[in-house]
Amino acid sequence: MSQPSPPISSPAPAVSVNGLVKRYDEVEAVRGIEFEVQSGEIFGFLGPNGAGKSTTINMLCTLVRPSGGSALVAGHDVVSERDEVRRNIGLVFQDTTLDGYLTAEQNLRLHAELYGVPRELVGERMRQVMEMVSLWDRKDSLVNTFSGGMKRRLEIARGLLHSPRVLFLDEPTVGLDPQTRSSIWSYIRELKGREDITIFLTTHYMDEAEYCDRIAIMDQGQIIVLDTPEALKAKVGRDRVQIQTDDDQAAIEALRERFEIEATVAEGMVTFGVPEGEQFVPRLFSELGQRIRSVSVSRPSLDDVFMSYTGSTIRDAESSQTDNRRNFAKMMSR
Amino acid sequence: MASETTTPGSVTPNGAAPAVGAGAGAGGGHQIAGVRVPTRSAGSELRAIKVVWKRELIRFSRDRLRILTSLMQPFLFLFVLGTGLSRLASAGTHGVNLRTFVYPGVLCMAVMFTAMFSAASLVWDREFGFLREMMVAPVRRSSLVLGKCFGGATVAGFQGVIVLCLAGLVGVPYSAILIIEVFALQLLLAFAITAFGVMVAARITQMQSFMALMQMAIMPMYFLSGALFPVSGLPQWLEILNRLDPLTYAVDPMRRAVFAHLHISDAARKALDPGVTWWSWHVPGLIEAAVVALLGLTMLAIAIVEFSRAE
Repeated sequence: MSQPSPPISSPAPAVSVNGLVKRYDEVEAVRGIEFEVQSGEIFGFLGPNGAGKSTTINMLCTLVRPSGGSALVAGHDVVSERDEVRRNIGLVFQDTTLDGYLTAEQNLRLHAELYGVPRELVGERMRQVMEMVSLWDRKDSLVNTFSGGMKRRLEIARGLLHSPRVLFLDEPTVGLDPQTRSSIWSYIRELKGREDITIFLTTHYMDEAEYCDRIAIMDQGQIIVLDTPEALKAKVGRDRVQIQTDDDQAAIEALRERFEIEATVAEGMVTFGVPEGEQFVPRLFSELGQRIRSVSVSRPSLDDVFMSYTGSTIRDAESSQTDNRRNFAKMMSR
Repeated sequence: MASETTTPGSVTPNGAAPAVGAGAGAGGGHQIAGVRVPTRSAGSELRAIKVVWKRELIRFSRDRLRILTSLMQPFLFLFVLGTGLSRLASAGTHGVNLRTFVYPGVLCMAVMFTAMFSAASLVWDREFGFLREMMVAPVRRSSLVLGKCFGGATVAGFQGVIVLCLAGLVGVPYSAILIIEVFALQLLLAFAITAFGVMVAARITQMQSFMALMQMAIMPMYFLSGALFPVSGLPQWLEILNRLDPLTYAVDPMRRAVFAHLHISDAARKALDPGVTWWSWHVPGLIEAAVVALLGLTMLAIAIVEFSRAE
């Protein structure tokens, strides 16, 4: 039972979570998760909307009180040492938290004051973080005049202003165009080289999860699997084949009878995995006995990882009931 | 702007001694490793209060329209209502212009609306997400609320000064004492109203509801306060409501301050500035101001508790 204490040489984990639970009335949003994030890592939380990612991140940021379990961030307990945690983390939320009626610089100065950044260092540090996100020349513009991507970049700069040990990014690229998304990612990766910082982010974009050192796949309040993207893909070990047919049910039947393959309908196509996808396609055409309108074969992606653990693709999981409810609530609150 | 800036290492324990051996003592220990944020202290709370206050000023100065619109109502009451009704009321005012009579009430009104809008911005801040930036900062919620209330009081005070400048137009002399008295009362009232608004804003998350609620509170308060009529000889129901209205205790000392500087007959003074009584006891102006201050502080305390509870 008793574990030996960890060797002194290894640095303390940046985030350490133990049996964390969050209950909202009847609903258990997070159901007892555990994991550790090493110092200096880019750690990603991947999962559909409503999987419990944001709730978890909110608990780690001391914004939501856990119903059970414990979590240490930068070595401090998120419940009993709230201010210590806050001082050591930077936050970038899904929705902007900038004051649009202030200039970029005023927003950052305000942040520096709230976080007690030593006065003599504010100017230099501000220039540093704003140059990093290429906004230094816009420092005197009102934030209201910024595009969505610029606002997000400014928020990242602000989140870094007080040199946090852990930077939390909740869906940092959601709602941004592909070009801005990739530039945000280049900042994030650049950061890792530049600062002594751990990055903890959530995303529901599979391609973005590839940039992480390790990812935890979350679904319905639980961590299903946690590993490096490569290891996760290797575990799947199969190519993904998707076919369009005139009669999906018949095709699924035929696959089961003739190839002993279990297929499901995902994204409107009959989807299944086979070890050697390209060699399988000719056999498929000659032996399926169903008309195939199109076929695609792909190497395992994180989508397949997600699918092999949850039985649905992330996009299908997105349109689950919880999500619909969320979107509806969002719409109504506008 | 910041006058309390200290250069690290420039202060030595025994006062001056600008010795050459700068690093010698190794004392003071103001060591900075990177931009590590220091632990919480009174100083960091003061910085938080100051920056929230300052933000209020910056935003107010940017919003010229707001400066104009919140002056609208006082001007209407003072010049339109005051002028229009004076022809009807000249018999009852013993020769005092009605504009002069309503002026103290208008001085109150000038700060009320601005203070209310200041508190309302908290509801916007929540809607636009900025509130979150403040709420996650490693400072006490009380510092944020205090900064907000000071900010609201300051911008409202500025608005009050504009109306104060109009004194000459309504036959009130410019006197240093009067200006100080009026301005102090305005700040006090503005602070109390902002605290009231912040207290409400802690609960009400929608702008429409907030505005409706504030209107519902402010308008009756204003009408019952005696801003527009003398507070003696009222029908009993109105007298009771008037004495229960907190705003009464801001308007009455304001009127006393203004009337103390007017050269009018005793009869006029008696009729127009009778002063608030509690069971025929004349309540002194200081006690009236204390009532406002006490209410303001109570609402401030409630606001702090409410914001501290919010996640």
